[in-house]
Amino acid sequence: MTARERIAGNVAGYVDDRVGAARYLKKSLKKVFPDHWSFLLGEIALYSFIILLVSGTFLTFWFDPSQREVIYDGEYAPLKGVEMSAAYASALDISFEVRGGLLMRQIHHWAALLFMVAIVVHLLRVYFTGAFRKPREFNWIIGIGLLTLGIVEGFLGYSLPDDLLSGTGIRIAEAIMQAIPVVGSYLSYFAFGGAFPGEAFIPRIYIVHVLILPGIFLALITVHLMLVWYQKHTQFPGPGRTEKNVVGYPLMPVYMAKAGGFFFIVFGVTAFLGAVASINPIWLYGPYTPGQVSAGSQPDWYMGWLDGLVRMAPPLESVIFGYTISWNILIPGLILPGIMFTLLALYPFIESWATGDKREHHLLDRPRNNPNRTAIGAMALTFTLVSLLNGGNDIIATTFDLSINQMMWFSRIGVLVLPPIAFIVTKRICLSLQRADRELVLHGRETGRLVRLPHGEFVEIHEPISPEKAWLLTSHEQLAPLELPEFDAAGVKRPQALKNKIRNRISRAATTAIPKATESERREIEHH
Amino acid sequence: MSNESKEIELIKDPGLPAHQHRRTDVDEKYAKIAERQVAILFMLSVAGTLLLIYSYIFIDTDTFIFIPIFGDQNAHQLFLGLGMAMALFFIGAGAIHWAKQLMSDEEVIAQRHEFRSDEVDRAEFVKTVKEGAAVAGLGRRPLIKRTLGLALGLSGLTPLLLLRDLGPLPGNEQKETSWKAGTRLVTDPGDRPIKASDLEVGAVAQTLPEIIGEDKHRKLSDIAKDAVLLIRLRPEDFNLDDERLSWTHEGIIAFSKICSHMGCAVALYEQQTKHLLCPCHQSTFDVTRAAKVIFGPAARPLPQLAVTVDSEGYLIAQAPFNEPVGPSFWGRSA
Repeated sequence: MTARERIAGNVAGYVDDRVGAARYLKKSLKKVFPDHWSFLLGEIALYSFIILLVSGTFLTFWFDPSQREVIYDGEYAPLKGVEMSAAYASALDISFEVRGGLLMRQIHHWAALLFMVAIVVHLLRVYFTGAFRKPREFNWIIGIGLLTLGIVEGFLGYSLPDDLLSGTGIRIAEAIMQAIPVVGSYLSYFAFGGAFPGEAFIPRIYIVHVLILPGIFLALITVHLMLVWYQKHTQFPGPGRTEKNVVGYPLMPVYMAKAGGFFFIVFGVTAFLGAVASINPIWLYGPYTPGQVSAGSQPDWYMGWLDGLVRMAPPLESVIFGYTISWNILIPGLILPGIMFTLLALYPFIESWATGDKREHHLLDRPRNNPNRTAIGAMALTFTLVSLLNGGNDIIATTFDLSINQMMWFSRIGVLVLPPIAFIVTKRICLSLQRADRELVLHGRETGRLVRLPHGEFVEIHEPISPEKAWLLTSHEQLAPLELPEFDAAGVKRPQALKNKIRNRISRAATTAIPKATESERREIEHH
Repeated sequence: MSNESKEIELIKDPGLPAHQHRRTDVDEKYAKIAERQVAILFMLSVAGTLLLIYSYIFIDTDTFIFIPIFGDQNAHQLFLGLGMAMALFFIGAGAIHWAKQLMSDEEVIAQRHEFRSDEVDRAEFVKTVKEGAAVAGLGRRPLIKRTLGLALGLSGLTPLLLLRDLGPLPGNEQKETSWKAGTRLVTDPGDRPIKASDLEVGAVAQTLPEIIGEDKHRKLSDIAKDAVLLIRLRPEDFNLDDERLSWTHEGIIAFSKICSHMGCAVALYEQQTKHLLCPCHQSTFDVTRAAKVIFGPAARPLPQLAVTVDSEGYLIAQAPFNEPVGPSFWGRSA
């Protein structure tokens, strides 16, 4: 034993004598994690969160979250002598006077955008592969919570510098608050400490942005990761992979080196973006004043779909018993997003209700093997993308020389018509891919080699696929639709007849599939 | 499908494929090469940190350099960032290269366990809960249960009560602006009173109410309600009823600049079409028809301010706005 090993042993022994960690760690260090590029998406979200904590802390050392009015007297000549809030002035100072300040601001903003992209793409991966199924429903709900809070946190973040663009965003948030029936005006006056914009809002959202929400994030992310750890990661199907095992690399050292290394790569890429790619150049916007706005005002992308919905809303407002209800704000700003997030959070339960499948699942689905789920996902995605597109309708219209009215009408109609089309098309594509898989297993791979038979017929040679590939293409299970009884033994309608009929119908849609190829069929074809 | 008939034979799992050794596993020469590559990557990170330190100390903060595509860039912040990016990125690249080339790439199989506790544990858990509840006697003592519920529920009101002082009650404030009969319109910025002759046909001006008295400071919350746009058309361009026509002066018409939809500044005026456009959500208002909404999500026209001129010929408000300005709220029409 070398001296170094002896010291390491002594330190480990000292710690274990006091906390008994060896028992737990010897198992944990051998913990197996399956490998797949798509499992890195959640990691990117986690790492950009850490980058946000680090760069955000740096910014707090100089940022002054106050709406007290000051006369700017800093490095940036075009704004010298202009009246502005201390928040905006200090954000300018960070950008022009603190060395590395602009870099950190840009890293912080890029990391926030990356954080939201990673969350959304991670969510799509989890959705389309069915990773949310039992026993992982809690983690799905925590994930939806993180997504929702991420949107709020991002909005508060770009509201803090109090430039013309962020003030415009706050103004819109205030209008949504005001539109809430009965209590709207009170909520707005309480949030802003009086009439908009007042002097209270920025200090208040600052503490929410740097303390309250990050605290909740930390708690939720911890639980999210603990559940992944405890329940073990899902894995893609393949030879040797079953519902009962996990195939992958041990935490120590391979996974630690890869995941740890990946953190530095994400941080490095964010730093590169912060160095070369300008983002949110607040000095160009000027300080906020309610009487001005810059053309082409855009929220960050994760708010864009909400703004797009608000833009396309029809001009509906009613006065009922002398009270005003702004449907044009309530529906796109609160009701629709509320419904969308609720359905998203409840999806695991809706699917298991529709299929009647209450078992544990650790093997992921290939999206084509669950056409209904994939089609629903494509439908929701299309709805959101059309809304997002409409959120930038002014930019798109000016860039491509379209009229803004055409863009708006395209979105108004498209947001209703395109999602169902996406559903139908996606479901058909999935079924076609299943058919192709079946062909491949039964008839083998097309080699492109043509052979002329003695009697003159041309045929293409097909090569059988490997047993591993054949297993991958057929290992998924195909659920039978529910057949809940509508009549009892005597042929009389049961009380739940209608409910059962509906469930049977939904379950038939949810389990549509092309029967997968079997060994028996393969053998039968060989005999011909 | 699977339980349809017993004779159907499914395709079998061939099991985990045999492990393929890498070059670095079997040939020490390649392992040595990989080792050097990892070391080079780590040294690139060191170079990054050195670049960062150099830029921090030796590059002036006001040096700009031209970079194709990106244009003029502040050299100090650019090289600081590039150094930092290199320093971080290559640590990661080195670690991953190390893991992929030199650490074992043999896949390991671990077994999963079922999450469900066994029946005995579940039964014991239920028993413990029931016993605990029995000892507390909540079921037998409804008085305790109800008073505790009341106490907890009422104590929840405390934060609501204590947060009351977050802001004043709105009262009538949302419906009022600083405009009164006879208030002069002044330019924003500049605070100069405006004569009708200052505006040519087709011109637009942003205005605010004149402040009388010592303190000329404007609060943002006042601007948020007081901002007014003046537009001058030819009088024959208007398509207004007699009352609204009497609110204009020689073709000069005034509207609240605060959008009736969500309160953005309605800042874009198209001279050709005589339309006002809100850049936030594209609500479009027709100036010739008293800012009637002709497109977009806004449900109401922009409130019109009645204007005329005083004895010195300066533009003044005839009266306050006859309706609340800005976005709708519950008590707006009450």
